[in-house]
Amino acid sequence: MDHSQLPILVVLIPMLVSFVIPLVGIWNKKLPFYMATAAMAASLLAALGIMNQVLQQGPISYRLGGWAPPWGIEYYIDHLNAFIMTLVCFISVFICIYSRKSITQERPGKEVHFYCVLLLLFTGLIGMLVTGDMFNIYVFLEISSLSAYALIAIGDEKAHFATFKYIIIGTIGACFYLLGVGYLYMATGSLNIHDLSTLLQPLYGSKVIVVSAIFFIIGLGIKMGLFPLHTWLPGAYTHAPSAVSAYIAPLMSKVAAYVFIRVMFTVFDVSFSFENLPIMEILSWIAAVAIIFGSIVAISQSDIKMMLAYSSISQIGYIVLGVTMGNREGFIGSVLHILNHAFMKGCLFAIVGAIIYRHGTRAIERFGNLHRTMPLTSAAFAVAALSMIGLPPTAGFFSKWYLVLGAISAGKWVFVVVIMISSLLNAVYFFRVVEHVFWKPKSGGTDLPIERNEAPNSMLIPILVLAAGILALGFASHWIIEMVIGQTVPAGIL
Amino acid sequence: MEFLSGHANYFVYIMLMMIGLYGMMAKKNLVKKLVGMNIFQWSLILFFVSIGAKEGGTIPIVEGAHGHGAEIVIQASHYVNPLPHVLMLTAIVVGVGTTGVALAVLLNLYKKYKTLDEDEIIGKL
Repeated sequence: MDHSQLPILVVLIPMLVSFVIPLVGIWNKKLPFYMATAAMAASLLAALGIMNQVLQQGPISYRLGGWAPPWGIEYYIDHLNAFIMTLVCFISVFICIYSRKSITQERPGKEVHFYCVLLLLFTGLIGMLVTGDMFNIYVFLEISSLSAYALIAIGDEKAHFATFKYIIIGTIGACFYLLGVGYLYMATGSLNIHDLSTLLQPLYGSKVIVVSAIFFIIGLGIKMGLFPLHTWLPGAYTHAPSAVSAYIAPLMSKVAAYVFIRVMFTVFDVSFSFENLPIMEILSWIAAVAIIFGSIVAISQSDIKMMLAYSSISQIGYIVLGVTMGNREGFIGSVLHILNHAFMKGCLFAIVGAIIYRHGTRAIERFGNLHRTMPLTSAAFAVAALSMIGLPPTAGFFSKWYLVLGAISAGKWVFVVVIMISSLLNAVYFFRVVEHVFWKPKSGGTDLPIERNEAPNSMLIPILVLAAGILALGFASHWIIEMVIGQTVPAGIL
Repeated sequence: MEFLSGHANYFVYIMLMMIGLYGMMAKKNLVKKLVGMNIFQWSLILFFVSIGAKEGGTIPIVEGAHGHGAEIVIQASHYVNPLPHVLMLTAIVVGVGTTGVALAVLLNLYKKYKTLDEDEIIGKL
């Protein structure tokens, strides 16, 4: 079989299917779900094919329309994109399966358009990952953001205001990114990432380049939800429909983090990012503050989705902290944390969605006796919570371990302390929920026998797959690092 | 003075951008915030279009060169750079899309709260 067209197929299939869905939805309301799942599964297969190709032959360059780079748009896939792309496809397929019951209950009658927009969001995320062109990234960034705005807006009664806030702030972020692209284009006359990285070499002294780097950091910082640019994030994650939260929370900020890594280490090289500017030093302190801030605010939340959203802010801090440490361990820790956090947050938000589906509540103090009504879901929650805290053998332990190693070999003992404190704070806010789920009886509860009321299978299986994934990733982490993540470390980082 | 006139396009775009940012931050009416966002986006589009322009440059079409353009020597400095303009076509579409989504959200907000004033909506949340 010819594998050379896979890089375009992985984007094209979901895009075309999403255009067809509204038409199909006119005569059949059930089919769009299957079409969306099939399209995502097809992308997953294509992504696995690409991954296999990259592992065997090294990076792939695909010329769109046959135009040679730097004039044409090039899709460039190396270990880092292939890895995150497989991750995004995998989580997408399972969250898509998960979403059907949830969205039918929360937003009856909207399924057709929901799956259309969800696939567009997926297209945007995958597009950002495959492309090797700066402006193309902007276009896909906006495709994914616009779909995310639409998806968040169909959430609960406060969703519209949260969405508006997200639209305004997100557009500022995208515009700053575009400005950065414009400045680079002014200085070099190129938009291709690899062309830029060579053209920029003699220009690192220039103020234009420095300003464009700062624009990129601010713009992508907004899109990632990096403290103090995170203000859109809690509202958007909390008020979105639960299926959308489970989709957006694990994936969108991770893909933005990927673009950040790509810009800072491929477009600009390591020497520029670390030596010409003190920006990495500043960013690692910002990330440290983000870790502590997110954890502390998460403790004070009574709404579990809000708590998870603030916990996401602190996890983004981990990812940024690792890459800004400037050594191999830190970078591996960051990329591993992108993977682990996607699984953990996907699992946690999916569990919250299942709880909302059965019990209609997201208030933590009303979770009493949940382990009796939803035993498997509660078990999955315990696994994900342990992983968030970072206990072995769950996946979360290994990424934190590498981050700590990175901080030690960078000689930044403060950050070791920050990671430790944040793990303790994570333990505080997750054990609070675990306590309600497993030990506290429902407030004002009677002694009636509690019936088992597990989430429907189409929701339960994705949750269990993700929870099993957390454990499996923990056991396989050494292998994953050897095979893939070790290759993603950019040249120049020792 | 020369600095000012030589960089007029940058001053215009930065001014527009700041007006947009001010609108987004200071205005209480959500539609005005949206207008601020649009000004912000359009300032970028002006910036991109202006960096493609050249003094004395003409439109980038080589007359009579179709099929045998190789014989004609082309001086790139005689033609404006079309690439930023083309990029901005996409950015304009993105801007229209964003405005559309934002207006749809505002419509729903207005239906629910009967006001578009930020403080009043926050009070009713």
